[in-house]
Amino acid sequence: MKHTITVVDTGESFACADEQHLLQGMQTFRVGMAMLKVINVGCRGGGCGVCRIRVHDGEYEAKKMSRKHIPEEDQAQGLVLACRIYPKSDLSIEVLPLDIRKE
Amino acid sequence: MRKGVMRPGHVQIRVLDVEEAIVHYRDRLGLIEVQRDDVGRVYLKAWTEIDAWSVVLRPADEAGLDFMGFKVVDSDTLAARKQDLIDYGCEVETVPAGELKGCGERIRFELPTGHKFELFAEKEQTGKWGVTDNNPEAWPEGLKGMRASRFDHCLLYGDDVDGAVDLLQNVLGFQLAEQVLDRAANDFRVAAFLTVSMKAHDVAFVRHPEKGKFHHASFYLESWNDVLRAADLISMHDIPLDIGPTRHGLTHGQTIYFFDPSGNRSEVFAGGDYTYPDHPVVTWDADKLGKAIFYHDRELNENFLGVVT
Repeated sequence: MKHTITVVDTGESFACADEQHLLQGMQTFRVGMAMLKVINVGCRGGGCGVCRIRVHDGEYEAKKMSRKHIPEEDQAQGLVLACRIYPKSDLSIEVLPLDIRKE
Repeated sequence: MRKGVMRPGHVQIRVLDVEEAIVHYRDRLGLIEVQRDDVGRVYLKAWTEIDAWSVVLRPADEAGLDFMGFKVVDSDTLAARKQDLIDYGCEVETVPAGELKGCGERIRFELPTGHKFELFAEKEQTGKWGVTDNNPEAWPEGLKGMRASRFDHCLLYGDDVDGAVDLLQNVLGFQLAEQVLDRAANDFRVAAFLTVSMKAHDVAFVRHPEKGKFHHASFYLESWNDVLRAADLISMHDIPLDIGPTRHGLTHGQTIYFFDPSGNRSEVFAGGDYTYPDHPVVTWDADKLGKAIFYHDRELNENFLGVVT
């Protein structure tokens, strides 16, 4: 089943199926339209953190992602890596800036 | 001048799901699963390696590199380099024999780029997998996936690349084989490729604002055809691709990059330049970085530069 993912910052939206993570939905071919690049695409394994977003509204399933980029308390607030979540309803999301932590 | 540091020995990589990771490293790269330990780590080796294992996967809640280890020629050298590191100002930790199953005592210190490095003198040797060392056949049957022949090097991203180069050259006897300099900024060093052997790199560094980042672990294949075959396997199994197949300008290796299921980058490559101790440093200019990294595209790729674990 396909769901509509709406990016609140830009108003852009794309379709994403249950079995696709959000980046796969975003990168689906759309006739006559440029490839949507609204979320940064990185490792696609929950490790690098470049596709960090906040889900404002909607249901999704999340696979394991690096706690360095998404600590548990952040995830409880709806912060996730787009490559690790699978929509279960329409979602509205916000794209977050790159998270480079100097240590 | 070499100081008895002989070759890369191991890399320990953090993975989010160890069973998914094993499929990547064993069934796709073609490493051989050797053993597990009581903290859940999985040990693997590539088939041409003499040592019992070279790649250790540790289940963790974040991806990235735990450490890379180099083998030194003997225990006297290990003791001597330990003292040299202490004299240089490093904090050196001794990890007892057996902490990694089959490995002798290791000494561990942090590079100025924030990466944990280890030296060791002894590790169990089980010989090449599937071939004997008397009248050996060319290769063993039964290898999986890309049939990687050895763990070759790591590329590490960190801030103080000059500090790491200084330590590795002057304390541990690494040779700077290749580098990238920004000619417009007083030859600011953007990248450094170092070797303890004839290989173009045993470890490499790229300048990055954050310390201790892991760009990739690399595995050697025999030929360009094997690199193309690896690309086919990456597609067959829908593995996230980074870039390739292509050639690097730096080291001139033929390469492809892709990600493990935790987002750690892997490389398989073939060919590449060689370095003798009397060879001058090969320098690429930072304004040619696109060609230096991707010799064919000649364009920088944001992911290759910015995506690290």
